[in-house]
Amino acid sequence: MAEPEKLPPASGHDKLMIGQSSAGIYLAHVVLTLGVLIVAFPIYYTFVASTHSLQTILRPPLPLLPGERFFENYSEALFGGVGRIGGVSVATLLVNTTIVALGIAIGKIIISILSAYAIVFFRFPGRMFFFWLIFITLMLPVEVRILPTYKVMVDLGLIDTYAGLIVPLIASATATLLFRQFFLTIPGELVEAARVDGAGPWRFFKDILLPLSRTNIAALFVILFIYGWTQYLWPLLVTNRNDMNTIVIALKKMISFADADTEWHLVMVTSMLAILPPILVVVLMQRWFVRGLIETEK
Amino acid sequence: MATVDLKDVCKVYAGGVEAVKGVSIAIPDKALCVLVGPSGCGKSTLLRMIAGLETISAGSCAIDGKVVNTIGPTERDIAMVFQNYALYPHMKVYDNMAYGLRNRGTPKDEIDARVRSTAKTLELEHLLERRPRELSGGQRQRVAMGRAIVRNPKVFLFDEPLSNLDAKLRGQMRVEIKNLQRSLGVTSVYVTHDQLEAMTLADILVVMNAGLVEQSGSPLDIYEKPASTFVASFIGAPPMNLLPLRSGHLEGAVTLPPVPASASTLGFRPEDCEIRTEGADAVADGALRLLVEVEGVEPVGAESFVYCRVGGERMVVRVPGRVEIKPGDQLRTYARQEKLHFFGSDGKRV
Repeated sequence: MAEPEKLPPASGHDKLMIGQSSAGIYLAHVVLTLGVLIVAFPIYYTFVASTHSLQTILRPPLPLLPGERFFENYSEALFGGVGRIGGVSVATLLVNTTIVALGIAIGKIIISILSAYAIVFFRFPGRMFFFWLIFITLMLPVEVRILPTYKVMVDLGLIDTYAGLIVPLIASATATLLFRQFFLTIPGELVEAARVDGAGPWRFFKDILLPLSRTNIAALFVILFIYGWTQYLWPLLVTNRNDMNTIVIALKKMISFADADTEWHLVMVTSMLAILPPILVVVLMQRWFVRGLIETEK
Repeated sequence: MATVDLKDVCKVYAGGVEAVKGVSIAIPDKALCVLVGPSGCGKSTLLRMIAGLETISAGSCAIDGKVVNTIGPTERDIAMVFQNYALYPHMKVYDNMAYGLRNRGTPKDEIDARVRSTAKTLELEHLLERRPRELSGGQRQRVAMGRAIVRNPKVFLFDEPLSNLDAKLRGQMRVEIKNLQRSLGVTSVYVTHDQLEAMTLADILVVMNAGLVEQSGSPLDIYEKPASTFVASFIGAPPMNLLPLRSGHLEGAVTLPPVPASASTLGFRPEDCEIRTEGADAVADGALRLLVEVEGVEPVGAESFVYCRVGGERMVVRVPGRVEIKPGDQLRTYARQEKLHFFGSDGKRV
């Protein structure tokens, strides 16, 4: 639903691989254009639908050009409230989802970078035990531990709260392992130089480790933000009130079995708005994201 | 400004490996002490124990008369130059040098003054705004030195600082380090596996092997009077010729001066061995005369190395200038009696 498009390969590479023949370049462009069309057309069609009235949408065929109801539809969805989800506005949903996605992404990064720091740079009893404990949680995704987690959330009174939406998803073995692998590549001499220079554990973390990890953090942030944004099962369980829904859940609720009962124009608007923030994050952080994936800066 | 005293220092790693087995060294104020030895001899471990980066398993380490066994590296007031420089990659040269001072809470304008004057001494002024990856190897090396100097510590510790530089630069930096150390007058400990570096830099040379000190003293003393066959073959390039004695006799010897009863190895430096030309004056009495067969000649310009075989053993003769010698030639060589070294069956000097 809100899947972000695949990024095209970094510029310049296609030329290098195909060579300089004009036929090769032509072919490459045809293939790429086709790919873009296939990926982009449904999104474009959704946008077109979001600018027409419900009546136009329900009377096929749907025009291929945008209609005149862009401002009406978008302002109705954003600020008016949508009937089928109890009159909650899409703006509220966007705020909710942003809080949840940011909370999950930032929380996961903070927790995993700190645990990786402890595991890599400190010698304490049970270090390997804790490392394996974290590692093993990879085998226990939310879906597997959903009942006990739900029970805990109910007991803590965290149903219909941001904490309830964020906290159970916040621990991440994957991110911890990623940071651990990065930290292991930091030369021991650098750590020792910092010790000789009078940097304690906290200063070393703040002045040296964090700046060196910034591309990794950026790449991880993009991935985790999208992960948080597109969460479905857990928000569905842990929210009952319509005004605590995330946008993905609300979108699901907005669609009724009966076609006539569904405000399709608003569904389309919500879809467009739902994919906008992840796309923005990817586009704005693309440079950092790619650097974080390919570059090891030491 | 400070002395460094090591007393029976030992290092046993968690796995039971003994890296350093009781080393005692007294380094006087302002002296440059070089620890030299093959890899794995414990020299780096010893340096890291002085730095406080490794714990001391037994014995004591005192800096400026104060035992520092339990004190961390920061409080020991030492500065260290690492083999791979260990510059902070994300910081400019200026911040690399200022970092240690900032952590100690030095006032800002004092930091600035000290960084700039150090940069001036090391000719780094035009590089202060660069990052380490934009510098050449030699420049990084200078920044690493600057980071140590700027702190004005009691002791400098150098861990093979020149091993990543090319030969020419290494020679330059060697002279520079020596001059800097002398002009700053800071007690220094320098670890290297390069015996040439060790010879030229050291006020006190400590030759280590297998976790123990083989010999310590002034470089020339060690060169002239190696305490063991290990030191004899480690110090000097090419190393000392060592020929085995079998019950007082040497295979291939024409004449052999009197040999101490307990000696089992005879040694002489390549430059102490001369080739006897036809018609030359008689050789001084009591000299060692050998009849050798040439295996190969290495002319290096100012001198030539003649590799020979005597009995079953290999030896090398260092001849000034160029020589007209071919492989397969038979040569008469001799070494003066006072230039001979004898070692017992345990490898110790007799």
